[in-house]
Amino acid sequence: VVSAPAELERLREIVAAVPDPEIPVLTIEDLGVLRDLTGSADEGVIVTITPTYSGCPAMDVIRADVLGALRAQGVERAQVKTVLSPAWSSDWISDEGRRKLREYGIAPPARPCGASPVTQLTQLSVCCPRCGSFETREVSRFGSTACKAHHVCNACHEPFDYFKPL
Amino acid sequence: VSATLTNADVAGYAVRLGDDALVLSQRLASWCSKAPEIEEDLALANIVLDLLGQARTLLSYAGEREGRGRDEDALAYLRQEHEFANVLLVELDNGDFAVTIARQLLFSTYQLALYERLVESTDETLAGVAGKAVKEVAYHRDHATLWTLRLGDGTDVSRARMQAALERVWPYAGELFDADELSARVSAAGVGVDPAGLRPGWDAYVDRVIGEATLARPQTDWHPSGGRRGVHTEGFGYLIAELQHLQRTFPGASW
Repeated sequence: VVSAPAELERLREIVAAVPDPEIPVLTIEDLGVLRDLTGSADEGVIVTITPTYSGCPAMDVIRADVLGALRAQGVERAQVKTVLSPAWSSDWISDEGRRKLREYGIAPPARPCGASPVTQLTQLSVCCPRCGSFETREVSRFGSTACKAHHVCNACHEPFDYFKPL
Repeated sequence: VSATLTNADVAGYAVRLGDDALVLSQRLASWCSKAPEIEEDLALANIVLDLLGQARTLLSYAGEREGRGRDEDALAYLRQEHEFANVLLVELDNGDFAVTIARQLLFSTYQLALYERLVESTDETLAGVAGKAVKEVAYHRDHATLWTLRLGDGTDVSRARMQAALERVWPYAGELFDADELSARVSAAGVGVDPAGLRPGWDAYVDRVIGEATLARPQTDWHPSGGRRGVHTEGFGYLIAELQHLQRTFPGASW
């Protein structure tokens, strides 16, 4: 039965491993997008997720991938709920997630983000994920996706994405 | 507290907020591939996504509270021009890049102040939307501010065009702060925000940016309005026609 604690824990691990469609080295758990998984005999499995940005286009894919992962385990009665509150923050990205981001070539966000993300974006020097230099500069505060800014390294001259504090 | 409010009041208020975001996102989207540089294509498209995301939640909620079975798509694609409640500012033609930036400065400064207060709403959904959007809009205001400074305190040509852009959009800012019966009811109930109360903070921020950009605050008494009552500018009909074209031509079409 899906409401048994051990079974829910197993399903949570399955769902937690679903990759983010835009940054596939990260799982939705690394990102802090996965908020909860519950189950009951009446309703089946309920997975709660939250968007990084209000208009994040990855949410539909994440929803479908979560349901697909559960279906692969034989769970047909499942639904995905989206909540806005509490609002997602880049501070929720796990240490493991930050390490994976850096290895993938994306500089992890400054933290804590606090109440003023723009200040965080401008005041701290960003470390180049390729060569480790802090001699980097911002090219554009808006990058390839809503959650990233575009930077370039003055030392190794490589462009890179910076996951924005939010 | 909100016992004095009807579902129609809450729906009407959510529609106002949602329509502002939806219509501005539609206007800004037409910059994509035409901005002065590729970074601006991306920046404006990212701002569009944020606004569209806010609009979707707000219009879905409006449909839910209205209770007539309309979802976000029905509200966006199947309403007539006079049923939209956005302010005139967001529907103005994009103009040149300076006009778009001037409009962004005036609107995002307003929207940030609004969401900062709406976080305290007694309505859980509206507070949730605001809590989510407030940091996104901080980036929007920052974007508009940086461009206003660069263009205003730039060359003679960019300064003249940025000043002309401010003159163009300035009269429409007044409507952002107009109170009416609905705004009075929702703010008295703690659900919405009194728009007039946002004016002092808005003035202080915008004046500071204009001053730093070596521009002059436009002087005008003209106060065009009507958007909240569904009375729109000529260009709005064309905007809605483009937005709704597919659903009007192929009703119920989906991806």
